[in-house]
Amino acid sequence: MKRIISLILTVLTVVALFTGCGKKKQNALVYFLNFKPESAAVYEELAKKYEQEKGVKVKVVTAAANTYEQTLKSEIAKTEAPTIFQVNGPIGYNSWKDYCLDIKDSKIYSYLSDKSLAIKSGDGVYAVPYVVEGYGIIYNNAIMDKYFALPNRQQKVGSMEEIKNFATLKIVVDDMTKNKEKLGIDGVFASTSLSSGEDWRFTTHLLNIPLYYEYKSAQDKDATTALLESKEIDFKYEQNYKKIFDLYIENSATKKTLLGSKSVADSMAEFALSKAAMVQNGNWAWSQISGVKGNTVDEKDIKMLPIYIGVDGEEKQGICIGTENYFAINKNVSEEKRKASLDFLDWLFSSETGKREVTQKLGFITPFNTFKESETSNDPLAKEIIRYLNDDEKTVIPWIFTAFPSENFKKETGSALLDYVQGTKTWKEVRQTVVEKWKSERK
Amino acid sequence: MKSLKRYSVVFVMPTLIAFIIAFAVPFVLGLFLSFTEFRTVSDAQFVGFSNYIRIFTQDKTFLNSLWFTVKFAVISVVTINLFAFVLAIMLTRDVFGTRLFRTVFFMPNLIGGIVLGYIWQLIINGVLFNFGYSITTNASYGFWGLVILMNWQMIGYMMIIYIAGLSNIPTDIIEASKVDGAGWFTTLFRVTIPSCMPSITICLFLTITNSFKLFDQNLALTAGAPGGRTRMVALDIYETFYGRIGFEGIGQAKSVIFFLLVAVISLTQLILTRRKEVEI
Repeated sequence: MKRIISLILTVLTVVALFTGCGKKKQNALVYFLNFKPESAAVYEELAKKYEQEKGVKVKVVTAAANTYEQTLKSEIAKTEAPTIFQVNGPIGYNSWKDYCLDIKDSKIYSYLSDKSLAIKSGDGVYAVPYVVEGYGIIYNNAIMDKYFALPNRQQKVGSMEEIKNFATLKIVVDDMTKNKEKLGIDGVFASTSLSSGEDWRFTTHLLNIPLYYEYKSAQDKDATTALLESKEIDFKYEQNYKKIFDLYIENSATKKTLLGSKSVADSMAEFALSKAAMVQNGNWAWSQISGVKGNTVDEKDIKMLPIYIGVDGEEKQGICIGTENYFAINKNVSEEKRKASLDFLDWLFSSETGKREVTQKLGFITPFNTFKESETSNDPLAKEIIRYLNDDEKTVIPWIFTAFPSENFKKETGSALLDYVQGTKTWKEVRQTVVEKWKSERK
Repeated sequence: MKSLKRYSVVFVMPTLIAFIIAFAVPFVLGLFLSFTEFRTVSDAQFVGFSNYIRIFTQDKTFLNSLWFTVKFAVISVVTINLFAFVLAIMLTRDVFGTRLFRTVFFMPNLIGGIVLGYIWQLIINGVLFNFGYSITTNASYGFWGLVILMNWQMIGYMMIIYIAGLSNIPTDIIEASKVDGAGWFTTLFRVTIPSCMPSITICLFLTITNSFKLFDQNLALTAGAPGGRTRMVALDIYETFYGRIGFEGIGQAKSVIFFLLVAVISLTQLILTRRKEVEI
């Protein structure tokens, strides 16, 4: 008897063990692997709304910050693979091209106002951008007003409107540093965050500008294509890169030898608490600024300035606008799932509910013609982007860093910059790293 | 006994299945993948030994990381075992408060590696900031930071093992050595240490393997900065595999080499110290 009981118990335990794994949920037709951790909650809510409206289940999984490639790599090998995933530009497309479906006949591609923005290869269209973003030097106008009201300030530049090139920017910044006690700031610029994984503002965004000037005059090609095809770079404007980088670190809220321990969040906090007057970042930073506890920056005082690096004719230069967020559809899933995924994207960017959520909750400026002018985001930085987009006087700089050879190239550049601020490398060595790594990573 | 044998399959099965799923299959798959080029584990193309060759020709970070790891392992194995043993001897004496101290020293072991890494980063930066430096200023700061961190975490655990070994030594042989006129030092080196060789074997094994495999702490404390000069092998493998498109196979080949290396070193150590063990 005892034996039978023990046998039954064992069998039950084993069965219980396996039922845990075997529980079948209703499978979702659409599996969206989300890139933006800050939008995770909104997407989940959107998935629920879509299921209510259309009855199609959408699964949303969000990769933690800086781990999208890792997550995608493991998720896409599964049987229940993501149906909608994201690539970060032509280089990202290259590594995932075996998974990208040709979507040239899709609605989402037809909505694109500028068809050249999509990632194409041969006749096919493989990825469509879904958000337009811009970056520049964000400044706190309240501190600037305070500075321009100082009696002992320099007399050459008298207002923000007069800052139109690197020289005028430098005059103002240097003079502000002299007066920083009076202005109540630790430094003009928020910390140049150079800790590992936090250096992208300088290794990608800032480096975009000198390389844009090097390649913008390429014949019958846009700068991105020209850059994508170049096996080597001259780095002709390296001194300009140095100038603006030096301006950041010499007028920083943090001593330059300590920059290796600073993160982007640290810099944004310094800006939000009015410890710094300027910070280089993009419109996505608004949520970070407004989210800082004790934030003292007023919404109406947040403005954006182009990043001037001292190139001739830069008075006409605007901020950098582009995207590194492209949707792609996994071609290795069933026909039914592919269609469901495209329908979901269609709904997201053309239905009333979808559009409202995209502009209000996600705060996206989209490249789609389904959005009317009134349906735009109303955060202060998004407004600045739109202002520059509509300003015919200024030429915006496209995001060409999506054509940088590899993540490793950016990483090595970041290490070199860190060594430079800590005094363990000279600028010549930084330049050498950039040029050599470009060559070795481009293969 | 007979019935136990009959049901042995039932009892072994769950563990065996878990072992196969979580260890054997990934291991064999990993070995196979090191000879292929792949993006995700399901689309591998066989390329022979080229990944192994590329480790040394194309991607030179591996040898630097290996050298850094060896230096780190040697220093931390020595310091951890030394401090742990000294603490164990101190805390096996009949003094008030030994139990409390044993607990206190053991506690760092209960904190996860990532958390410890960040805590020590704050502490070390907090000190270095006063001089205008940070942990990334110089690779040797990161190196010693890692050694300190590892010591702090592992000493308590090793101490407990040594305490167990020390308290298992029969008091009569200690007394006998005293009667024979041995001093404190002679007793320590001739009686105490030889009698707790089994603890030394296990402690050396644990510290050697853990020092080589160190990952979380490295990632959290320095993440390889500055310029990858504080990157240990495990972190290097991770970054090769995930950080570089087209280097997945190389990362895999690195980890196979790494496995062989750690296996050889720790097995040699096991054999060597086992020989010194004595029956009490």
